[in-house]
Amino acid sequence: MTATLSAGLAGGTQRSTPDPQAAGEAPERPRAPAGRPSRGRPYATGLVTLWLSLVVLLPLAALTVTSTEHGWGGFWDALSAPSALAALRVTVLVAAVVAVLNAVMGTLLAWVLVRDDFPGKAVVNALIDLPFALPTIVASIVLLSLYGPDSPIHVQLNATRYGLVVALAFVTLPFVVRSVQPVLIEADKEVEEAAASLGAGGLTIFRRVILPTLGPAIISGTGLAFARAIGEFGSVVLIGGNIPRHTQVASQYIQQQIEIDQPVNAAAVSVALLAMAFLTLFVLRLVSARSLRREAAS
Amino acid sequence: MSRTTHLSAAATAVVGALVLSACAGGGSSDTSATSVPAGNVAKVTGTISLYGYSVAKAAYAQVIPGFTSGGAGQGVQFQQSYGASGDQSRKVAAGAPADVVSFSVEPDVTRLVKAGLVAADWDAGPDKGVPFGSVVTMVVRKGNPKGIHDWDDLLGPGISVVTPNPFSSGSAKWNLLAPYAVKSDGGTNPSAGLAYLTSLITQHVHVQPGSGREATETFLQGTGDVLLSYEDEAIAAVRAGDPVSYVTPPQTFKIENPVAVVTRAKNPTAATAFVGYLFTPAAQRLFAEAGFRPVDPTVAAAYAKDFPAPQKLWTISDLGGWASVDADLFTKGTGKVAVIYDKATK
Repeated sequence: MTATLSAGLAGGTQRSTPDPQAAGEAPERPRAPAGRPSRGRPYATGLVTLWLSLVVLLPLAALTVTSTEHGWGGFWDALSAPSALAALRVTVLVAAVVAVLNAVMGTLLAWVLVRDDFPGKAVVNALIDLPFALPTIVASIVLLSLYGPDSPIHVQLNATRYGLVVALAFVTLPFVVRSVQPVLIEADKEVEEAAASLGAGGLTIFRRVILPTLGPAIISGTGLAFARAIGEFGSVVLIGGNIPRHTQVASQYIQQQIEIDQPVNAAAVSVALLAMAFLTLFVLRLVSARSLRREAAS
Repeated sequence: MSRTTHLSAAATAVVGALVLSACAGGGSSDTSATSVPAGNVAKVTGTISLYGYSVAKAAYAQVIPGFTSGGAGQGVQFQQSYGASGDQSRKVAAGAPADVVSFSVEPDVTRLVKAGLVAADWDAGPDKGVPFGSVVTMVVRKGNPKGIHDWDDLLGPGISVVTPNPFSSGSAKWNLLAPYAVKSDGGTNPSAGLAYLTSLITQHVHVQPGSGREATETFLQGTGDVLLSYEDEAIAAVRAGDPVSYVTPPQTFKIENPVAVVTRAKNPTAATAFVGYLFTPAAQRLFAEAGFRPVDPTVAAAYAKDFPAPQKLWTISDLGGWASVDADLFTKGTGKVAVIYDKATK
């Protein structure tokens, strides 16, 4: 699901590349939708509504109801318990660090994959998607054997926040790479060359030419990586150590509360996570809509 | 061309399967099915669904083959699920299809008695429904670098103790009852016992694993100086070659792990036969081999050298029995230990 979502958003930002100059030479890209939405498909609409209700809306509603089983006061108490706040704080902090790391390293990776040629490039390109396909618990086992107590390279990251960062960086690796890559492929190198011929330095070209082109894609990839990181469970289960107030992330806190029979606490923190994820995606839509509008205006 | 299509279809299928299995992961208890081919003449057949506490998995790995390879249980299949004792008990109370339950502590069975899922006389037998047990022990890093020998050593400066969360784990309750019984002299001086637990929990316990098994994993992954655990779990870790050793303090606590048949068992004959088998000398020897203390006096005598008797072994009946201990110390929100733990971990 995440993969399609990322592709969709990346596609959205791809169209937003402000390169009217290049439009003449580049092959025609579909600008207008192929057809207007028709109103005459009640069955399809009904089926989609039913499906969305069954798999998304009803479970979310049930979760919200559970979280307020003890009233809004109970919801608030559950959310403001110091250990719950600590888990949310650790989660957001680590996810933010990972998102920033991804923004930089993912862009660099995409750049190398698009602009540079080296032996084994196809393999590296295929490897990028591995974290999408690999069960996250496998990532955790691999990381634990590499950075755990018996580390062959004598680096111990288990039960530290660095361990969390490494685990989440692994899981979220594809997001930025896969949103930036197609934009970079379409971006016109001649614009950069023109800037260079007009005397712009490398930094200026990067800041004034490349970054505005890639910006929306980087932001959407980073946002998706962040949204993925705040909900991650499998990859941090072994390497994270689950130490309350230190390395316990929100998903682990939720599991713990379920295990000790506190479903309301678990549901309240789940709702908080859900709200954060939703907010992130909402902001991404806004950003992408804004750059689309900007493109239309130019 | 068509070969490429086939290849990409296969690749898509593999990736899809991996993604699905990734989505399915993350449960806290693990389930495994043991299938045994039907023998010539089977006395009982069918499937027994066993819900056990996490650490008991090691015992049943030996005892179940003993049952199914012998005459009585030939042809019986087992569906096993292990997890934190309290969590497992709540799952069964909530409708999980168990035939036999094997919990760490009696209150987890009592919950099912109250729910009408276990007969009230489940503990009427001579062994009170407890086919095996252990003692509370201290697992330390190999060579005991911090010099841990007795309960007071746990309160030494900077000592970090791993013990699971008493709201989900039965092991955790035993671990806390041991020093409580020692320090309160069998419950006669409760405030001394609670004072010890207060400083232990607030200053030396920094993690809250869900179950005894999870606590062992946490310790083996490098967290903490001391792990409070079942003796059998310590024996298993040492046997597995993990870099740990264990110390049983001079005064500790007797662990009694109850087993009961669930009343709505789909296969009551097989379930009753299995629970009966657990008390036979053959099964008792298998428990002893797995590191669990047997209750059969003859078998226990034969394995006495593996299970040294501590100077003083406190029992739950010394403290007044589970019903009063659980209500007094572990009731959520009001129990004396529950309040200490809540305050320290909130």
